[in-house]
Amino acid sequence: MKKNKIRKTKEDYIVDIIVYAIAILVAVSILLPFMQVITISMSPASVVNRNGFHLIPHEFDFSGYSKIMSDDNFWHSYLNTIIRAVVGTFLSVSVTILTAYPLSKTKLPHRKGIMLFIVFTMYFSGGMIPTYLLIKNLGLLNNFLVYLLPCLVTGFALIITRNFFMTIPEALEESAKMDGASNFTVLLKIYLPLATPVVATIALWYCVQHWNSWMDNMLYVSDQHLYVLQYLLQTILNSGQTPDMEQAVGIVVHTETMKMAALVLSLIPIVCLYPFLQKYFIKGMIVGSVKG
Amino acid sequence: MRSHKENYAVKRSLGTKFRRDWDLYLLLLPGVLWFLAFAYKPMLGLVTAFYDYNTFKGLAGSTFVGLDNFREYVSGPDFLRTVKNTIMLALWQMAICFPIPIILAIAITEMKNKGISKLTQTATFLPHFISTVVVCSIVINFLSPSTGIFNIIRKQLGLDPIYFMVKPEFFRPIYTIMTLWQNAGFDAIVYIAALMGIDMQLYEAAIVDGAGKWKRILHITVPGILPTVVTMFILKVGKMVKVGYEAIILLYQPSTYPVADVISTYSYRIGMENGNFGMATAAGIFEAVIALVMVLSANVISRRVTENSLW
Repeated sequence: MKKNKIRKTKEDYIVDIIVYAIAILVAVSILLPFMQVITISMSPASVVNRNGFHLIPHEFDFSGYSKIMSDDNFWHSYLNTIIRAVVGTFLSVSVTILTAYPLSKTKLPHRKGIMLFIVFTMYFSGGMIPTYLLIKNLGLLNNFLVYLLPCLVTGFALIITRNFFMTIPEALEESAKMDGASNFTVLLKIYLPLATPVVATIALWYCVQHWNSWMDNMLYVSDQHLYVLQYLLQTILNSGQTPDMEQAVGIVVHTETMKMAALVLSLIPIVCLYPFLQKYFIKGMIVGSVKG
Repeated sequence: MRSHKENYAVKRSLGTKFRRDWDLYLLLLPGVLWFLAFAYKPMLGLVTAFYDYNTFKGLAGSTFVGLDNFREYVSGPDFLRTVKNTIMLALWQMAICFPIPIILAIAITEMKNKGISKLTQTATFLPHFISTVVVCSIVINFLSPSTGIFNIIRKQLGLDPIYFMVKPEFFRPIYTIMTLWQNAGFDAIVYIAALMGIDMQLYEAAIVDGAGKWKRILHITVPGILPTVVTMFILKVGKMVKVGYEAIILLYQPSTYPVADVISTYSYRIGMENGNFGMATAAGIFEAVIALVMVLSANVISRRVTENSLW
């Protein structure tokens, strides 16, 4: 298409204008809210309380950051989330790979049945209350394991991993088997090194899920020492609705700048991961959906 | 899937095959056990809906009440409100959050400047990875009566600021636009992938025939991605009914309950806050049934209209 230098009609120009108008609209709508948050986070309270645009900071004041960073609860929940994300991602990726590998083997008897068994769970689930009762009966309330176990495997990650394994030629496996390798060795030594793109995709997927989750904290954990970042953030953002009462009972009152500073700090890891998310995610999604 | 030379091997008895591949089953074991424990076990827990659940004695110590929980929910004052709100929010999303990613995908692939195209994609993709807590907070901030941009503009025009979050009439648009903001870029990926799959020769032939950009979009691009659109539509319909209670819990307030309270948020309040697990589960089952009905009708409609369907 590019090489054809055909005179543009009026219609073509209209399409071009619409297309670039969409680009500008998208850029503005994504940037504005973030700019507002960042600006508030590093402005002095006096400027924030004054009405007006807060898109570009004209007075800098990082007291919001220093206040939130001196809050032990904030760092404690940050650490909880980091532990959760690291351990949880490792466990989830391991189990997903172990499960996906046998299912990628066409010779495995009952493979279709097991796949159905897994896909079924993507459409039907017990829902909030039965899951809560299960967790309660297992004694996982107020237990760190509640962050790791219930969300261990997702059907979606499992399927894209399996689909990727299926694209690896079987001849590789057969030659290794001739040399006496077991199925596990074949997975570890041959499949895994070839599957780095999909492993990166699902690892990022699980990691972001762990980083962002807060519902399990709200439902299953009431012990403040086990709070994860997003839930603590939620309580911070919600605070100040009744400032007088909170001050009376000695709770730290979070100013608008502190809230936004906490929000920005919670976003930093995601922003750091973003280039990788971009790189692997689209590829992983496409590879995975081709053979869905 | 693949044709196999070892069709002979497949005919061997199950025992032999198991002995040969026992270690494959061993690898499968942790995953399968997890699915049984954390995906299937809660499904059995759905029977809670038929009991007057006793929090202290568990299911075994609860009395079986048949359909009483369902009856109580259906005849209660919240039933019509929650069902209507669930369906209305799903319809709003279908009308706005479903078609816009398709338009976005077409726009992104139509951009001749690859830099701008890539940049647009990068920007729209980002909000998907940000937590619901942060997104809801950004929305509340953006619409705030004192520091929100809309209200600042209103004030400069000499109008009174509006506290958007407490006005029932604004809840559905706010929730829908927020969902769009968060997911449009991510949802567009599937369509971009489908657009890449369209044969370039079709476009070249159309150019030779003198078709302009608009004609090409209308007669090649749109039919080319239609099967993907239909598949996504049917898959999304069910999700739109179920998704989003996390965000609603963060956004709604008693003043917006009349339009914002959906079945899942109601089930959360009844179950987790009031401890009525039986009725909360019954409401959850109701939601699953609505989702199923909507998926099946979407399938029928798309078969009639486009001759494409999942089943």
